[in-house]
Amino acid sequence: MSVNADQVRHVARLARLALGDDEIDRMVPELNNILGWVEQLGEVDTDGVEPLTAVIDNHLRLRDDVVNDGNVRDDILKNAPDAQHGFFAVPKVIE
Amino acid sequence: MSDYRIKGSTGDWEVVVGLEVHAQVVSNAKLFSGAATAFGAEPNSQVSLVDAAMPGMLPVPNRECIRQAVRTGMALDAVINRWSRFDRKNYFYADLPQGYQISQLYHPLVGPGEVEILLDEKDENSTKQIGIERIHVEQDAGKLMHDQHPTMSYVDLNRSGVALMEIVSRPDMSSPAEAGAYLRKLRAILRYVGSCDGNMEEGSMRADVNVSVRKIGGELGTRTETKNVNSVRFVMAVIEHEARRQVDLIEEGGVVAQETRLYDPDKNVTRTLRSKEDAHDYRYFPDPDLLPLELDEAFLEECRASLPELPDAKRKRFEGLGISAYNASVLTAEVETARWFDGLLSSGAEPKQASNWTVAELFGALNRTGKSIDECPISPDEAAELLKLVADGTISGTIAKQVFEIMLETGDAPSKIVEERGLKQTSDTGAIDAEIDKILAANADKVAEYQSGKQQLFGFFVGQTMKAMAGKANPGVVNERLRAKLG
Amino acid sequence: MSELTLKTITELREGFRAGDFSAREIAEAFNAAVAAARSLNAFTVETPDLALAAADVADRDRTTDALKPLSGIPLGIKDLFATEGVDSTSGSNILKGFKPTYDSTVSGNLKKAGAGMLGKLNMDEFAMGSSNETSAYGPVISPWKRNDGGNAALTPGGSSGGSAAAVAAGLAPGVTGTDTGGSIRQPAAFTGISGIKPTYGRCSRWGIVAFASSLDQAGPMARTVRDCAIMLEAMASFDPKDATSLNLPVPQWEAGLSSDLRGKKVGIPKEYRIDGVPAEINAIWDQGIEWLKDAGAEVVEISLPHTKYALPTYYIIAPAEASSNLARYDGVRYGLRELGTRSLDDMYAATRAAGFGAEVKRRIMIGTYVLSAGFYDAYFTKAQKVRTLIKRDFTEAFKQCDLILTPTAPSAAFGLQEKMSDPLAMYLNDVFAVPASLAGLPAMSVPGGLDGQGLPLGIHLIGRELDEQGVLNAGLAIEERAGFNHRPARWW
Repeated sequence: MSVNADQVRHVARLARLALGDDEIDRMVPELNNILGWVEQLGEVDTDGVEPLTAVIDNHLRLRDDVVNDGNVRDDILKNAPDAQHGFFAVPKVIE
Repeated sequence: MSDYRIKGSTGDWEVVVGLEVHAQVVSNAKLFSGAATAFGAEPNSQVSLVDAAMPGMLPVPNRECIRQAVRTGMALDAVINRWSRFDRKNYFYADLPQGYQISQLYHPLVGPGEVEILLDEKDENSTKQIGIERIHVEQDAGKLMHDQHPTMSYVDLNRSGVALMEIVSRPDMSSPAEAGAYLRKLRAILRYVGSCDGNMEEGSMRADVNVSVRKIGGELGTRTETKNVNSVRFVMAVIEHEARRQVDLIEEGGVVAQETRLYDPDKNVTRTLRSKEDAHDYRYFPDPDLLPLELDEAFLEECRASLPELPDAKRKRFEGLGISAYNASVLTAEVETARWFDGLLSSGAEPKQASNWTVAELFGALNRTGKSIDECPISPDEAAELLKLVADGTISGTIAKQVFEIMLETGDAPSKIVEERGLKQTSDTGAIDAEIDKILAANADKVAEYQSGKQQLFGFFVGQTMKAMAGKANPGVVNERLRAKLG
Repeated sequence: MSELTLKTITELREGFRAGDFSAREIAEAFNAAVAAARSLNAFTVETPDLALAAADVADRDRTTDALKPLSGIPLGIKDLFATEGVDSTSGSNILKGFKPTYDSTVSGNLKKAGAGMLGKLNMDEFAMGSSNETSAYGPVISPWKRNDGGNAALTPGGSSGGSAAAVAAGLAPGVTGTDTGGSIRQPAAFTGISGIKPTYGRCSRWGIVAFASSLDQAGPMARTVRDCAIMLEAMASFDPKDATSLNLPVPQWEAGLSSDLRGKKVGIPKEYRIDGVPAEINAIWDQGIEWLKDAGAEVVEISLPHTKYALPTYYIIAPAEASSNLARYDGVRYGLRELGTRSLDDMYAATRAAGFGAEVKRRIMIGTYVLSAGFYDAYFTKAQKVRTLIKRDFTEAFKQCDLILTPTAPSAAFGLQEKMSDPLAMYLNDVFAVPASLAGLPAMSVPGGLDGQGLPLGIHLIGRELDEQGVLNAGLAIEERAGFNHRPARWW
C-alpha cells in the first residue's frame, strides 16, 4: 500500500505537523520506502495468534483512593510558555 | 412503543434516541493520579505532574474508580467484564494535556444491562425497559475558558484526569419524555449507589444525545450527536428540536449529515460542531503504559455486597407495605428522601399514613421553605413521634398540623410542644357533650334544618364543636356524640 | 589527564573507601575531563557543581561511616532522564530549556545511592536514531578513529551516543542510557564499552521521556561488566508510580557475578548469520562462542524463525507508540511554542514543525499512519501478532539453552553522514538488537575486540526474562577472555 501527497498531507494534519510542500514531496518516497519494507509482515501466518498485550508477565496494580498529589501549581506552571493568573494561556479557541 | 410523532408534510415520523451519559465518579482522587477531585478549587491547584502530562509521566489506576464503575454496572443489572483494557483515544485539544484520553474502546469494564423507566408516575404498569449497551471508565478533560481575555483562552486542568463513567444506552428511546424518564432514573440509581452525584448543573453528569428520525416502521435514519447537554430539560428540548430539524430537512429534499452538534440553550437550537470530514480519527490502540485490568471474585463480591437497596426494589417494598404506587414512586425518586422515609418507617410509623403525611405535609413544607430533604429541620424520629401522637389519639389530625408548623419553626420535639401548649386532644365525653349542648342550643334553627334533611349541615356542627374546643376534641368522639344528640 | 579518569567504578569505589583519594578529587578529575572534551559534543549540559556537591557529601559520609553504594562516584545522565532543575531536552529543540521540577525515578535512585552528576548526555532526538546524528544539539563525535590515517569523524552509535562516548573517552566512569531497540547495546559495541538493557519493567520508566512505552528500558553503560552490575543494582527498583514496573526485589547482581559457565547452554541462532554482514562481525561472534566454551558452557544451535520480521515489527510498533507519546509536545504547558498564524491548531502545527527534527517527524508520520482508520488492523494489530510470535520464538529457544549469543551490530562504527540519506539503512543497524527488545528480555553488549580498522566490535548476550545475572555472568566470562583494554587515542 503506498501513499500519495494528499494522504501524507492528511496524516500530517492528524499529527499536527505543519509540513511545507517541499517537505511533503520529500516525505512521500521516504514513507513509501518504509511502508513497503514493513509490509513484509504480510508474509507471516498469524492465524490464531493474539496480539501481544503484556511484554513481561505482570498484573495491573491498582492505587488506593488517597489524595497524595496535586497542590503544586507553581511546579505545574513553571515551564509554561504563557501562564496567566494561574491558567495556561493559549490562542483563543472558537467553539 | 411510544406514540410520540413528528408531524411532517409527507406524514408522521418517529424518533430514535440513544443517550451517552458521562458521569463523574465519586472518589477522593483522580482515575490515574493522586490529585483531588473536589469541585471549585483554585485553577490548576488539583493537578499533578501526571495530570499536566509532563514528560515521563505515567498513569496508575485508582481502585475506587474501578469499584464505582463495577457497582454502577451491577446496579444496572449489567454484565461485569472481569478482563478489560484501557485504550488511548488520540486527538489534540488544549484541555487534553496528553494529546490522548485514556479510555476503553475495545474491551470495556461493563457490558450490556438495562434500566426500567416509569413513564407515568400514576400508572405502575407504564414501564419500559431501556437497554444499556456498555459502561467504560475514562479520563475527563480539563476546562477551557474563552471569556477571560480578548485573544487568549485559559486552560484549567483541575478536572483533567477525573474519572468518568461513560454509560451508553441502546437506541431504545422514542420520545423526549422517555429520554427524560431514563435520565432521571439513571441519575437516581447513580445517587443511590453513590458512584456519581448526578449534579448536571455542575457538570458531574452530562449527556450526548443521539437522534435520528424515520417513517413508522421504516429504515433507521442517519443520526446526529449533540454533545455535552447538561440538564434533563435541555436533553428533551434537543430531541424535540433536532427531530424537527431533521424531518424538515429530509422533507425539503436534504440529507441528514452524520455529524456532531452543540446545543445553544439561549437560542434553543443545535448547530454543527464538526462535520464527518473533520471528524477525528482517534487511532485507538491499547495503552502500553497499562496492563489489562483483571478483577477477581473477592473484588466483585465486595462490590455486590456494598450495594444499597436500589430504587425499584425499594419502591416494590414500599408498595408491599400498603403504600400507594404513586407515593412509592415519589418517595423513591431521590435517594435522600428514600433514606429519610426509611428512617421514618424504622421508627415504627404506619407505612400508609406515614407516606401520605410525608408526601403531602413534609414535602409541602420543604417546597414552601425551599429546603431540600438534607436541610429538613425534622428528623425521621421526630416525624415518627408526631405520627404516633395522632395514631394513639393524643392529638387530632388538625392539631397535628399546628404542631408540625411549630416543629418547623422551633425545632422542638412534638411531645414537648404538645405538653407545653396543652394541645392534647380530649376524649372526655362530658366536656364534649357540654360544648355540643351549647352549640346545639345556640343554633336551634340549623338543628331543625338538619333534622328535616339537610345532612350536609353535620359538618357545620363538627366545625363549630372543634372550634369551641380549640381543635383539641377527639374528632371521632365529637362525631359520635353529635350523631347521638342530633339523631 | 588525571589517572583517576582511567579507573573503573569498582576501582574508584575501592580507592575512595580505602582513603587513597577523596571524592572531591574524583569529581574534579572527571569535571576537568568533561570540560576538555567539548569537541566530542557528548554533553548537552555540564553540571560540575552538582558533581562537587555530591562528592563533598560523600567525603563527609566517609568520616561518619554513612557511605552509600555509589558514594564518591560521579556519573553522566542521558538527557532523556528528567533531572530536577537541570535542562532535560531529550536531544530536541521542542524541550530546549525545559527544567523539570522532578527527578526520574532511576536518576533519583542513583542520587539516593550517593552518586554525583557530571552533566546530561547528548542523544538522538527523543531516542530515535542509531548514530546520535538526529540530535538538535549537534552530533556526538566518537572518540574512536579508524587507523587508516584519514580523520573521518565517526558515530558513537545511538541513541545513547553521548553516553557511550563519555565512557569511552574517560569523561565519566559510568553513565545511564536507555534502550528501546538497541540504543544502549549498539553504542556500547561501537565504542568498546559494556552496556546492559535489563528485563522490561526492571527499571522504572517514571520521569524518563517516553519514546515507545512497551519497549523503553533504562540501563547502565560502563567500562566493565562489574561496573554495570553495580550501577544496575542502584538503578533498578519497583516503582508504584509505573504500572509496568516489576514488583520484585532487586537481585544482588554484583555479589552474584561468576564467570563459571559450566552447566550452562548457550544458543547460537542460525538466523543471525546474515548475508552482507562484514566477515569480521561473524568472526568476533565465533570468537565469542569459543570463549564461552572455554568458560565451561555447552554451545547449541537454535532457531529463532521470525528474526527477519523483528525490525519491520519494531518499526511499526515503536513509531505508533511514539506518535501518541509525543502528542503532549504541543506548546501549551512547557517547551517550545511557535504561534503560527495564531489559531490553536496552527500553534500546534507550527510548534511541532519547528520543534521536531526530520527523523522524529518521519516516525510520527509512520506511527500516525499505521494507527489510522483502515490501516490499524493491517499494520499495528498485525505487528503485535508477529511480536507474539517473536516472543514465542525465544520462549521455545530457552527450553534448549540458557543464554543466546549473537553479534551486537552488523558493522563497526560508521562515519557521520554515511547513512543519513536513507532511513532504512540506518534502521538496519539494530537488526541484532531489536528482537530482544520486542521480547522484553535482558540483553547486554560487551567488547570483543577491534576490527581491521582498529574499531571496537561488540558481542551480544540475551537471557531469559529476569535473568540479568545469567547475562552478566556470560558477559563477564567474555570480558575476562577478551582482555579488551583498548582505549581511543586522545585527539580531542
